[in-house]
Amino acid sequence: MKKNTIKIYLVIAILTLAYCSKKITSRTDNLPALNPASIDITAGAWKTILLKRPDTFAVATPLLVTNVNYIAELNEIKGLQKNLSKEQDENIKYWAAGGVLRWNEIMRALVAKYNLPPYQNPDGTYPIPSSANPFAYPLFPFANPPYAARAYAYITAAQYDALVACWYYKKLYNRPAPYITDVNIVAKVPSTTLPSYPSEAAVLAGVTAEMMKLLFPTEIGAIQLKAQAHEDAAIMSGSATRSDIAAGEALGRQIAQTFIARARTDNAGKAVGTPADWANFETSTAAKGEIPWISQDNPKRPGMLPLFGKVIPFLFDTATTRALVPPPPPLTSSDQMKKETAEVYSYTSNPTLENKQLVLFWGDGVGTYTPPGHWNAIAAEDFIPKNLSEVKWARNLALLNMSLMDAGIVCWNTKYTYYNPRPSQLNPAIKTLTGLPNFPSYISGHSTFSGAASTILGYLNPERAAAYTQMAADASKSRLVGGLHYRSDCEIGIKVGNSVGQYAVDRAKLDGAN
Amino acid sequence: MLFSFTSSFAQTDQDAIMMNKNLFCTGLNYSHSSWNKYWEGTNLRDNLNIGTISTNQISVMGNYGIKDNLNLLFNAPFISNKASRGVLHPASGIQDFSAWIKWMPIETSLKNGTFSLYLLGGASVPMTDYIVDYLPLSIGLKSSTVSGRLLLDYQLGKFFITGSETYTLRGNTKLERNSYYTTSLFLTNEVSMPDVNTISLRTGYRSSGLIAEAIITDMKTLGGFDITKNNMPFPSNKMNATTIAANIKYEIQKVSGLALVGGASHVIAGRNVGQSTGFYGGFFYILDFSKKKEKKTTSDNSSTQNK
Repeated sequence: MKKNTIKIYLVIAILTLAYCSKKITSRTDNLPALNPASIDITAGAWKTILLKRPDTFAVATPLLVTNVNYIAELNEIKGLQKNLSKEQDENIKYWAAGGVLRWNEIMRALVAKYNLPPYQNPDGTYPIPSSANPFAYPLFPFANPPYAARAYAYITAAQYDALVACWYYKKLYNRPAPYITDVNIVAKVPSTTLPSYPSEAAVLAGVTAEMMKLLFPTEIGAIQLKAQAHEDAAIMSGSATRSDIAAGEALGRQIAQTFIARARTDNAGKAVGTPADWANFETSTAAKGEIPWISQDNPKRPGMLPLFGKVIPFLFDTATTRALVPPPPPLTSSDQMKKETAEVYSYTSNPTLENKQLVLFWGDGVGTYTPPGHWNAIAAEDFIPKNLSEVKWARNLALLNMSLMDAGIVCWNTKYTYYNPRPSQLNPAIKTLTGLPNFPSYISGHSTFSGAASTILGYLNPERAAAYTQMAADASKSRLVGGLHYRSDCEIGIKVGNSVGQYAVDRAKLDGAN
Repeated sequence: MLFSFTSSFAQTDQDAIMMNKNLFCTGLNYSHSSWNKYWEGTNLRDNLNIGTISTNQISVMGNYGIKDNLNLLFNAPFISNKASRGVLHPASGIQDFSAWIKWMPIETSLKNGTFSLYLLGGASVPMTDYIVDYLPLSIGLKSSTVSGRLLLDYQLGKFFITGSETYTLRGNTKLERNSYYTTSLFLTNEVSMPDVNTISLRTGYRSSGLIAEAIITDMKTLGGFDITKNNMPFPSNKMNATTIAANIKYEIQKVSGLALVGGASHVIAGRNVGQSTGFYGGFFYILDFSKKKEKKTTSDNSSTQNK
C-alpha cells in the first residue's frame, strides 16, 4: 500500500516536471510596468513627420474635473476596480509594459504570419495578393521584407505623430490622471504627473487600428479587439477615464488618415510591376553584356516587388534615392566576380557549424518577421530598460523604421538597376544554408537594412553602438557564408545602409526630442 | 518523429524478442527512404523547389541480456538528408542516442500458445549539436525524450501477433534563432514539443531461424500545429503518420549467432510529414559473455523458444 503511494507520487512528480519543462516564456512576457524617467511634457513641440502642426486635428476642451459627468466617469473606474477579474488584471499588466512596445510586437507577429510566398497556379504562373480581395488565396498581404519594412515605418511614424499631437493637448488641457484626482482610484500602473486627456493608450490604439486596416485588412477584427483591450487596460488601471479614451481614439484615427493618404500614393501599389517590366529587366541587362538574374524558384517566379525602389521614402526624396544607389557590381564575366563566386563556394562546400548557426540566427526568411522585424526586436529589447516615455518610444521606433524602409527602397532600386545574378546562379554547385530569396543579388538586403538600423540605433543608444555595428556585421556575414551573397553585395550593402541611417540621425538631432 | 520520416522496423525495442542473460547482440542497420510528396497540414502536395528528399541512415544497435527477461538496448544513428532539386544545402550528422530497458514480467501458456507481456522504458538524447531549424532537411528535432511502452504478444505455433502502445514525452527543443511564429509569436529560442503516442500491430511467422512479419504503425502527435500554405515545416508541427512495413529476419545456419534483417516501409497516411517509402537491411551478431560457454543453439530468438 505504502509502496503504491510512493509510486503514485513519483508519477505525479515526473508528469509535473515534464509539464513544467514545456512551458515557454518569451523574453517580454513578464515585464515590469513602464515607469518613464521623464514624462517628456514638452513633446508636443517635437518635430512631426507628416502633420503640419500638432493641432492640425482639433481636440475639444475637456470637462472640468468637478463636472458631474466627469465624476460619473471616475465612478465607472472605481466600480470596475472593485471587481477586476484575473484576466483583466493580466491585461493591465500586459499593456503596462508599454503600448508602443506591445503594438510593435503585435505588428511583428502579423508580419511573420503573412510572410508567405504565394503558391503557384496550375499553369506555373503565380497569383498576386490583392488588397481588393484580401481573403481570397493568396491572402493579402505577402508581408515580405520590403512590404514589412514599409508597414513598420508607416505604423510607427503615424504612432509618433499621433503621440506628439496627444502630448500637445495633454500639456494644453492639463487634466490630471484619475488616480490623482480621486484618492479612491488605485493607480495600478506607476503613478506619474502626465496629464490624461487625451489618453495616450487610446491614441495608440486608434492610430494603429486605423493603419492596420490598410496594411493587414484581414486582421481588422482581431486588431479591434486588441485596441479595445488596450483602452480597457487604461481605464481599469486608473490612468484614463472614458472621455480621455474617446478623445484619444478619435485623434489617433484622424491622424492615421494623413498617413493612409500618403501610403495610397507612395508608389508601393505599383511595386509588383507588370510582365513587360519583368521582361525588360532581363533584356536590358543582357543588352549591356551582363548575365541577368534568373529566378531559381521552381516554377520561375517574378522577382519580388521589382518597382519597390520607386516608393517615396520618408527621410529623403526620390532624387536622393538615385544618388544613394552605389556604382555597379563587378562585371559578371570579370575575374573579380569569379574570385567572389569562388569565395562563396569555399564557405558553402563544407560549412562549419558556427556558420550554419549564424546563417539561421539571421535568416529571417519565410514565415518570420523579416530582417526589419529582427531589428525592431533588438531595438525594443534594448529600449525596455531605458524607461522611456511612450512618445519617446514612438519617436525612436519611427526613426528606426523610417531608416529600414528607406534602406529597403535604395536596396531594391539597386537590385533592379543592376539585376545581378546570385552566386548559386553563376555556380550551380553552390548550395545555400537557408532559403534563397527570389530577387537579384546586388546589394544584400540584410546588409543594407542592418547598416541603416545599426547607424540610427547607435545614435539613439550610444552605449550599445559597438554592439549594433557588430550585429550588422554578423547579419551581413551570414549572407556571404550562407551562400546567398557575394562579398561585394554585403560590404557595399552595409555602407549604403549606413548612409541611409545617417539621414535618420540628422533628423533625430533636430527633432527636439534630445 | 521526423518530418523526413525514417524508421527501421527491425529494432528489437519494438518486438517480442528477448536476449538471454549475458548475451550481447550488436549490429549495423542501413536504411534509405525518400519522398516527393508531403502533407502540408492535411493537403498532400509536391514541391518543385526541393524535388525528392532522400534520407540515408546507418545505425549501430545493441541489445544486452541483463537477465533472461530483462534487456538493455541502444541505438545510435548517422543520418544524411538531401534534396534532388533547388539550392538547399544537404544536411548530415550523428543524431540522437536512444536506450531502452525491456522487461518481460509475464510469460504464460494461454490456450495452445504463449502469451507474454513486456514493459519498456526508453530515453533519447541528441549526441551532437546538429542544426534543428532546417526542416525538411535537418536530421532531427533535437528534443530529449522519455518513452514508456506496453507490448503484448501471443504466439501460436509458428504464428504470432504483437501489439504495442508507446507514449513519448518530448522535452523542449532550441532553435538557432531567438524568435519564431507558430500560431503566435514567441520571443525565445525555446520551442515546446508536443508529446507523441504510437500504436503498432505486427503479425506473421516466427521460428527459431526465420521471422517474417507485416507491421502497421500509427504515430500521432498530441498537439502541435499544421504547416500553413507554402510555409516551411516547423519542429512542433502536428506530425502524424500511418506506416505499413514488412520485415524479415533470417539466421544464417552456418555462422552461429549471425542474423540478417531487411524490410520495406511506406507511409500511407499522414499530416505534416513526407509520404516516404523506404527499405532497410542489416546484420546482427551475438556475443556470449556468460562464464559458462555453454553452446546456445538459437540465441537470438523468441524467448519462448529459449525456455
